[in-house]
Amino acid sequence: MLFFDLCIQGVIQGAIYALIALGLTLVYGLLRILHVAHAALFTLGGYIGVIVTNGSGSFLLALFTSMLIVAVVGMSSYTIIYKPLLNRAPLISLIASIGIFIASEELFRIFFGAYGLSYINPPLQGQIEILSGVSLSHARILVVVLAIGLLSGVGWLAINTRVGIAARATVIDPQMAASSGINVEIIRYGSFFIGSAFAGAAGVMVSLLNNLVEPTMGAVPSYKALAIIVLGGLGNVRGALVASLALGIIESFGTIYVGHLLDRDSIAFAFLIMVLMVRPQGLLARG
Amino acid sequence: MAYEIVVLTNMAIAVLFALSLNVITGFCGQVSLGHAAFLGIGAYTSAMLSKEGVPLIITFIPAMGMAALIGLIVGVASLRVRHDFLAITTMGVVFLFTGIVRKQEILGGEIGIAGIPAPDFGRVGLFATSLLCVLAYLLLTIWIRRSWTGFAFDSIAEDEDTARLLGINVPKFKLFAFVVGTAGAGLAGALYAHQVRFIGPDSFGFVESISVLAMVIVGGIGSIWGVILAAAFLSALPQFFQVIDDYKLLVYGLLLFGAMRFAPEGIDGLLKKIVRRRAVK
Repeated sequence: MLFFDLCIQGVIQGAIYALIALGLTLVYGLLRILHVAHAALFTLGGYIGVIVTNGSGSFLLALFTSMLIVAVVGMSSYTIIYKPLLNRAPLISLIASIGIFIASEELFRIFFGAYGLSYINPPLQGQIEILSGVSLSHARILVVVLAIGLLSGVGWLAINTRVGIAARATVIDPQMAASSGINVEIIRYGSFFIGSAFAGAAGVMVSLLNNLVEPTMGAVPSYKALAIIVLGGLGNVRGALVASLALGIIESFGTIYVGHLLDRDSIAFAFLIMVLMVRPQGLLARG
Repeated sequence: MAYEIVVLTNMAIAVLFALSLNVITGFCGQVSLGHAAFLGIGAYTSAMLSKEGVPLIITFIPAMGMAALIGLIVGVASLRVRHDFLAITTMGVVFLFTGIVRKQEILGGEIGIAGIPAPDFGRVGLFATSLLCVLAYLLLTIWIRRSWTGFAFDSIAEDEDTARLLGINVPKFKLFAFVVGTAGAGLAGALYAHQVRFIGPDSFGFVESISVLAMVIVGGIGSIWGVILAAAFLSALPQFFQVIDDYKLLVYGLLLFGAMRFAPEGIDGLLKKIVRRRAVK
């Protein structure tokens, strides 16, 4: 049953990566910026999730509040960090973003303490037996359902609505889109809104799975999410989702089979480098 | 006095480390988010040898050689990827380095290598050695800057495709930049290992790679004097900050952001602006 267990682990991890990576890849597609500070939003989401759940007793309320607040903070990150630097070399925004990310970890520590927070009554802990011998907690199932729901929602928006079409046009050619009357700024704010909200949701779900939020919980996901969007072919949303799932599964098998040679976090990068050597443009090229 | 010597030695090592990245990122325009891995390779090589009784000065050669060899391999791999892909690949290199070191018993695993012998010429001697190394490397980079290689680097940094069109052998120059840069980092690593006398995988992670890149960018990409000033200033910063130790990272992060937001050309750009204003008057 080990094989099956590892697959499920991988899918759950992949779902979390996908929620985080979506925002990053949207931002990259629109602005050509590696948005490292995205991971700070993920951490913020986790904190809000725990605090609201402990305060109100409703996990659902916490999830929504967290997504909403994080989305607004994410939009303001565009105004504060990236908008003034749009005409600079991408490296400048990257360093600015890393600076904000480093500062944010410290802010979380100052506001919420160094030891992290936990749920008083962790919700959704019931187990369901999905196959004989394999049971999963409700929380784990919710992660996957939430990821599929949110991501297919965005996919539907992108394909079927005027806003979605405008957004895709802006990604392909911002100037042409602007001259066809699309308000590029609104598209950018919208992408930050959606991407950040998803990162917030991922933060809440990870805080629930580990029953812990701490100031540094964003560090590893932030680097890995960068690896994922590069792996998927920068700015390619579909590629990022495929890469998230692939990485989740490879990590869960890798930790068992090559764990004595490499630690978990470097497996992702070993895989990344191997793929880039064969396909320098990522798994799926831009399109 | 001993304390000042330690701070000054740290500054010298940081300057050497930043100058070495400046060759790759500043001169040749190849962004590296994983330069600390080469500092680590130099540090580990030198530390292992000096524990076997090899004198520090002799370990410089294998430390530089090892770093440059791995640098060459990474360079060859990097020829295939560009821009942001390159940035993330080099970031992968530093994670691979720490990931591999963590799992190797010979390299001390998670715990690292302790009890690295002190150099037999004492603290002041180590400072003098570091200063000499910085000076030698500085002369090397100034020479590169002024030679034809420097022009070729410039053109590659500006526009790779045009450089190729002009008949510049782009891969050759990129590899040269990687070898010179990573060898410098290896030398800095050897000095670092004997300065702190304890090294572990956490000393050479992503954060250290970002710090050194920050030094290069705050100094002004490609500017030798700007980078020296920025490296000396940023590496001494924690000493001034000891009063506000709790908020050190907060201040550092905001400083990085502020520098990018308000002076994206770095110290070099600021100085030039001042000089220009004087000239107008």
